[in-house]
Amino acid sequence: MTNLSKTGTALETPPGDGAPRAFLDVRDLKVHFPTDDGLVKSVDGLSFQLEKGRTLGVVGESGSGKSVTSLAVMGLHRLGARGKNVRMSGEIWLDGKELVGADPDEVRRLRGREMAMIFQDPLSAMHPYYTVGHQIVEAYRVHHKVTRKAARTRAVELLDRVGIPEPAKRFDSYPHEFSGGMRQRAMIAMALVNNPELLIADEPTTALDVTVQAQILDLIRDLQKEFGSAVVIITHDLGVVAEIADEILVMYGGRCVERGPVDSIFYEPQHPYTWGLLGSMPRIDREQTDRLIPVKGQPPSLINVPSGCAFNPRCPYADVPAGDLTRTERPELREVGSGHFSACHMAPDERTRIWTEEIAPKL
Amino acid sequence: MTEPRNPAREASHDDDAAPLLKVEGLVKHFPIKKGLLQRQVGAVKAVDGIDFEVRRGETLGVVGESGCGKSTMGRLITRLLEPSGGRVEFDGADITHLKTAGLRPLRRDIQMIFQDPYGSLNPRHTIGAIVSAPFRLQGVEPEGGVKKEVQGLLERVGLSPEHYNRYPHEFSGGQRQRIGIARALALKPRLVVADEPVSALDVSIQAQVVNLLDDLQDDLGLTYVIIAHDLSVIRHVSDRIAVMYLGKMVELADRTSLYQAPMHPYTKALMSAVPVPDPRRRGAKSERILLRGDVPSPIAPPSGCRFHTRCWKATQVCATKEPPLLELAPGRRVACHHPENAADQVPGDAPLASARDAVALVGTAPPAAPVPPQAPAGEQ
Amino acid sequence: MITYIIRRLIAAVILLLVVTAVTFGIFFILPKLAGQTADQLAQQYIGKNPTPADIAAVKANLGLDKPVYEQYWDFVKGIVSGTTYNQGPTTVRCDAPCFGFSFKSRSEVWPQLVDRLPVTISLAVGAAVLWLLSGIVVGVISALKPGSFFDRAAMGGALAGVSLPIFFTAQLFLLLFSYQLPIFGRTYVPFTENPSQWANTLFLPWCSLALLYAAIYARLTRSGMLETMSEDFIRTARAKGLRERTVVTKHGLRAALTPIVTVFGMDVGLLLGGAVITETVYSLAGIGQYAVQAIRDNDLPPILGVTLLAAFFVILLNLVVDLLYAVVDPRVRVS
Repeated sequence: MTNLSKTGTALETPPGDGAPRAFLDVRDLKVHFPTDDGLVKSVDGLSFQLEKGRTLGVVGESGSGKSVTSLAVMGLHRLGARGKNVRMSGEIWLDGKELVGADPDEVRRLRGREMAMIFQDPLSAMHPYYTVGHQIVEAYRVHHKVTRKAARTRAVELLDRVGIPEPAKRFDSYPHEFSGGMRQRAMIAMALVNNPELLIADEPTTALDVTVQAQILDLIRDLQKEFGSAVVIITHDLGVVAEIADEILVMYGGRCVERGPVDSIFYEPQHPYTWGLLGSMPRIDREQTDRLIPVKGQPPSLINVPSGCAFNPRCPYADVPAGDLTRTERPELREVGSGHFSACHMAPDERTRIWTEEIAPKL
Repeated sequence: MTEPRNPAREASHDDDAAPLLKVEGLVKHFPIKKGLLQRQVGAVKAVDGIDFEVRRGETLGVVGESGCGKSTMGRLITRLLEPSGGRVEFDGADITHLKTAGLRPLRRDIQMIFQDPYGSLNPRHTIGAIVSAPFRLQGVEPEGGVKKEVQGLLERVGLSPEHYNRYPHEFSGGQRQRIGIARALALKPRLVVADEPVSALDVSIQAQVVNLLDDLQDDLGLTYVIIAHDLSVIRHVSDRIAVMYLGKMVELADRTSLYQAPMHPYTKALMSAVPVPDPRRRGAKSERILLRGDVPSPIAPPSGCRFHTRCWKATQVCATKEPPLLELAPGRRVACHHPENAADQVPGDAPLASARDAVALVGTAPPAAPVPPQAPAGEQ
Repeated sequence: MITYIIRRLIAAVILLLVVTAVTFGIFFILPKLAGQTADQLAQQYIGKNPTPADIAAVKANLGLDKPVYEQYWDFVKGIVSGTTYNQGPTTVRCDAPCFGFSFKSRSEVWPQLVDRLPVTISLAVGAAVLWLLSGIVVGVISALKPGSFFDRAAMGGALAGVSLPIFFTAQLFLLLFSYQLPIFGRTYVPFTENPSQWANTLFLPWCSLALLYAAIYARLTRSGMLETMSEDFIRTARAKGLRERTVVTKHGLRAALTPIVTVFGMDVGLLLGGAVITETVYSLAGIGQYAVQAIRDNDLPPILGVTLLAAFFVILLNLVVDLLYAVVDPRVRVS
């Protein structure tokens, strides 16, 4: 965790032109969707950085904006029938290139080659009418002018690398002929076929059985070591990020509420929502607790996000800061430790006290 | 979770020692038909001979991976499906082959909660209509009227009585699951079978529902069978836990001993695969067992012990002889020839060749060779 | 795959048998149930003022006094291998497939049908090509820009196309483009004789039919395409960096078209059994027109023949669709 201070300081004071940028540098990203019911603010001012060779775990519940963020980085929101409607602002820098304002065709050429993505449900994410091999070959040949035969060789090689037995034979199988775990392996092969420098995995193991999940996480970890790419892993499962991530970003209501090195988030969390997530989760590695500590209430509406801190209606400590601060003013991310940021109105000492005295003993 | 009793039911059975539900040799095969004449060529052996009992007031957790038959088992004991073989006894009465009329009274005593809070509520009906449906179907008129009773139920599961006239789409996933629970509890059932009750919910909401189920059990003296794939959730909610693999029960034990010292290798592998939300344990995982390959098909399960194809302890006997579910320690039943944390049942047997490559130990495996972009192909 | 084909084939044959049984029942058993005697049935074959001897001869000849199952057996046998009728000293041979003789013209039904089939096929196939192409193109463009001006205009037009009855549009076309502006001819010429004349005459009928069907297909394609384009595999295709054109055609359209193939097979099959209104308005001597004439004349055998032919086409096209489905969608092949 040597370069954390670098990624950390960049957050509060964005450097001017010419200042060194992280490999992936997202600044004040906003993704809004106008609908009949109102403006859905799926992502509303998100910033983070990620260097090559590191893994960022993005954690949050459904509707927190984590998947929307990943699709925004990939430039996938602007495509298709709904692409006209989406309102995006902010900056996404990938390896020195800005993507939000870039020419769509330029972004397309980066997609699949410099940045690739793995999806949650590999059965629906693969085309049912084409063989697995064909779909990998297709991904390779968009970006490489090679013969079919060479592309096939490459695809078989990747299938072999991700652990598919008899890859040359399975090349001609259709997705429905694969098991869930094999499909996700094939999906990973498809994403890695062009040696991307950024790999985004959106809930890559949620649809899989626990023993297969362990295999896939292990594979992703190995491949990252081997390819040295930056990995963003999106999940609702804190166990998964604890296994695989170097840094963690906790999202709530379209914004980052806390981010920092994995150890800080798990052992010195500074945001009541993070506490809530940790308390909600039954733990297999601890003594049996009598009751879980749930977060009360329901996730926020993204159309009418609560004013002030979006978490205030569900926060047990909303009244700790003086006055009406939590309901009127949105807390900004502030550095609370080395590379560790949190957006909460409570004073850091107060938070540390609550965590160590009230929360941690109950986990 | 002690054994509180429902005072309303107490009169019916004083014999608390007898289990509420008893299952013997339960089998469910779904036939596969093929060819011109649609002959039966095989069967999906979803549940293939399991024995267990559910004690009054306890929570039995059933855990396993997809295809292990746990959901089918749930539908068999609630008699949404008819067993192909074996015997199911509820409160001393044989319910294995009851027909529609005979099942009617049973539906009051056994209720089911489903995974999908979206699919299991009719979008055209109000919450009031959904939760009061059991009263209508069974022709029960509670004291004070159906509406009052339903509003009481809604309050009981943490919703507001004013929700009576609203429609399912106005509710979030967690609230819908509460509605499903209210419906299941309407007729004061004695056994509630919950199939993945929280797996479609967000973590923070999951905890709300788990706590609710816990409270309801304490207050109403319910007996639960909770089916889930999530081992952490199962450990939290269960008194005893059954582990299933390919239609068989491989281990059945109380929670503490199962999690502290699993006896079946599959249980051990399963627990070792759960990602632990404790990053510091990442480095210390050389002990971790990573099973290779996938679960075999339940159409043609492996011979002998069904786990032998993926087991690192498998020997000759495992491939030929099916291990019976034996009580190897008090209250702990295991179906294994070579259990962990217990005496070997068939010592000195020659190991199977496949056992050597069955597992990888994470953290000790050397990194694989990098893939150059244009390496020569092995075969075309 | 082979068992799949065989199973489909057997199912098709059984279905055809059922259709013949039902048709036979409607035409020969229902009249009996309604009180018609064998004599009265026989009388229809002879014309006015028959002698009792004539009636008896015809009755014996056609087997009208035999038990019903024997009659049905003869009927099916006639279709498969032909029948020989003994009318006194002369024998009349009705070759397979024998659908009997028209009451009215005394001519064999089958050769009549064969004569008229090219007209109907020309009409149906030409119209099908036209509506399939236009419907899909309009539907895809609409689906890619839902809510756009094109989409609204096209869907409005489609609504009009579906609601305008074909006898109205056909008359209108005929009046405008053949009588007022003599662009298109009105006399059918076989393709083999003069292809351009053939197309010239058939163009208006094609358009009238295609207008109706294209409207339906445009709406079908649009909804299918909208659904497909929001599938996960489309997102995957885009994430690979494929051009949007490739995504739409290779990944989107192929999946969206599968259900359309089913409807298309049905529609073409139905039309091959005779496009009654279109053929009548444009005076095309096709199967449909033949049927209309037969119904007017209360001429049972031709009606029976057309019904069976139409059923045959529907079943045949459905078979083709089923097989195509297996080619298009690999998941079907397994089961």
